Amino acid sequence: MEQIAVTTSIAPAPLIATPKVTARDVGVFYGAKQALFDVNLDIPRNSVTALIGPSGCGKSTFLRCLNRMNDTIPICRVTGEIELDGQDIHDRDLDVVELRARVGMVFQKPNPFPKSIFDNIAYGPRIHGLVRDRTHLEEIVTTSLEKAGLWREVKDRIHEPGTGLSGGQQQRLCIARAIATTPDVILMDEPCSALDPIATAKVEELIDELRQNYTIVIVTHSMQQARRVSQKTAFFHIGHLVETGDTEQIFDDPRDKRTQDYINGRFG
Amino acid sequence: MATIEDTMTMAAGNKLNDPALLRRRYAAERRFQMYGIAALGIAVFFLVVLFGSIIAKGWTAFLQTSIRLDVVLDPAEFRNADGEITDQSIRLADYTKMARKALQSALGLDNPSRPETRDMRALLSRGVDVQVRAAVEADRSLIGLTVPMWLLANGNVDALLKGAIDRDIPEDRRQLNDRQLGWIDKLAAEGRVEKHFNTGLFTFGASSQPETAGLGVALIGSFFMMLIVAVVAVPIGVAAAAYLEEFAPRNVFTDIIEVNINNLAAVPSIVFGLLGLAVFINFMGLPRSASLVGGLVLSLMTLPTVIIATRAAIRAVPPSIREAAYGVGASKMQTLFHHVLPLAMPGILTGTIIGLVQALGETAPLLMIGLVAFVVDYPTTPMDPATALPVQIYMWASSAERGFVERTMGATIVLLMFLFVMNAAAVYLRRKYERKW
Repeated sequence: MEQIAVTTSIAPAPLIATPKVTARDVGVFYGAKQALFDVNLDIPRNSVTALIGPSGCGKSTFLRCLNRMNDTIPICRVTGEIELDGQDIHDRDLDVVELRARVGMVFQKPNPFPKSIFDNIAYGPRIHGLVRDRTHLEEIVTTSLEKAGLWREVKDRIHEPGTGLSGGQQQRLCIARAIATTPDVILMDEPCSALDPIATAKVEELIDELRQNYTIVIVTHSMQQARRVSQKTAFFHIGHLVETGDTEQIFDDPRDKRTQDYINGRFG
Repeated sequence: MATIEDTMTMAAGNKLNDPALLRRRYAAERRFQMYGIAALGIAVFFLVVLFGSIIAKGWTAFLQTSIRLDVVLDPAEFRNADGEITDQSIRLADYTKMARKALQSALGLDNPSRPETRDMRALLSRGVDVQVRAAVEADRSLIGLTVPMWLLANGNVDALLKGAIDRDIPEDRRQLNDRQLGWIDKLAAEGRVEKHFNTGLFTFGASSQPETAGLGVALIGSFFMMLIVAVVAVPIGVAAAAYLEEFAPRNVFTDIIEVNINNLAAVPSIVFGLLGLAVFINFMGLPRSASLVGGLVLSLMTLPTVIIATRAAIRAVPPSIREAAYGVGASKMQTLFHHVLPLAMPGILTGTIIGLVQALGETAPLLMIGLVAFVVDYPTTPMDPATALPVQIYMWASSAERGFVERTMGATIVLLMFLFVMNAAAVYLRRKYERKW
């Protein structure tokens, strides 16, 4: 088992072997207010990392740092370093648009474009110039839908609006849309909080399958969900990363008192 | 009505489902609904009165009295000094004389006295020469024949037949004397006098005679101005709104711009007229009375409306759509053009059309830049002198003749129809492009 990352400001060596994403001393400010303090976290490749913690603890804020989604908020400022495959994501040579194609994102509320299912998925590959011709595009759409486990349900109505699907299907459509730009990393911000238990089960099943090919970071409020789907868990508390480790260890044998209290439902 | 405190004390003192309390609540709700219905009723009443009076006074403007006369097109009248019939000689022939002769023979006056001639001439419109000439120029083979034609009657004849001139008032205070009344009755009995649909209302230009005055120039002028507003105000307004909403940093400078756009929307329209006069005519030297200047002034006036409507429409696009677009790696521009603007389109269209409707009905600024002109010829470019629909209404409203009064109302009906059609288009476009998410 690796060393546990605790909130320190010491510039550390890799916390785990060959991480996909490394975050060093990441801080986030909203105007003058600091929302995240000195987060050091390594995210292992081809596995699911869950970010848990009470509301307002900064887990979503941290997630949004990983594809520079916070850039879209004018008053938001990010400090520290984040590397994707050893490359600094704030590097001037790295285009944010390219970064977001490599780091896909799925949001809390399913947000398909008000377009057809086909166009929802085709949009990303089209704007990134990943499409050779019509046949290739159809292939991308089909594969993405298959990977998201949605193909069999929608193959007959692929040109109907994506907004006409059920909530769970819409969320899987959003996952398919994220997959279509061939990312390495998929960020999920409470992807199941708007879904019923059956749809949630399907999405969780899908996350487990996607783990083979993608690095997944998931923010969740449900500790059961974190336990079910993730291999690693990081616990955040009021802007600090309190504890990280293997999911089993975090849930069965938390080292920090705060983690213990949260896991046992004493706050949050 | 019971205040909240009253209700609370009463509830505290009584058991939970006090029937008296329940009754009072229902009564309060019913009263509130009644106020709403009453307010609506008053609004509808005034609307009905307004439209009713305009239509009642104005519908007759769409009909115009004509007299059927057998016009003798004697070849001798068309010859020039060399005894030939040319384009030139046809243009110069005395058509008024031919029309008067035709009327004289219709009335059976072989040798009219001077007063009789004067009275007879007053029955025909001054525009009859144009009518006869148009018929001859359209078909030269008519020369040498006797052709029955419907020629415009004088405004007073028209007014009499529409019941606007009272036969019972004494002759010396009536626009038509007893002799003229007799002639009109005689012609009417022979079936020579009829009211036809008034195409002239839409085709004629300015005239001092009501029967030959029309909205032609005003319609073309208003069309040019709408075109200019659509071409100038809409792209600038949408671009400004999109920049302010999506790209501009939030700072003191943009705050000032924002406040001033709202101020601009509240500036009285006549001020825009003064601005147009100072900038476009005096400084830039554009021609007076031109629809180009009118269009530019109206564009300035419409700009804040378009900007405000577009910003509201852009802001109404849910942030989740923007996040979704950014999430798959769309740039700011792509997000704006692929997602935000299409979704905001219904709102933008509605705001734009409302802006155009405002501009179409605007009068005051146009008075300042000389669009109150007596323009007879159709403007062919926006640089030519023209008038606008509301300005034409304003000009006719200040004329005393009965024919102009009904034309004022008729033109108002035409203007209202345009506004109605444009508003309907706004509703239709909004419904059509509205998308659910």
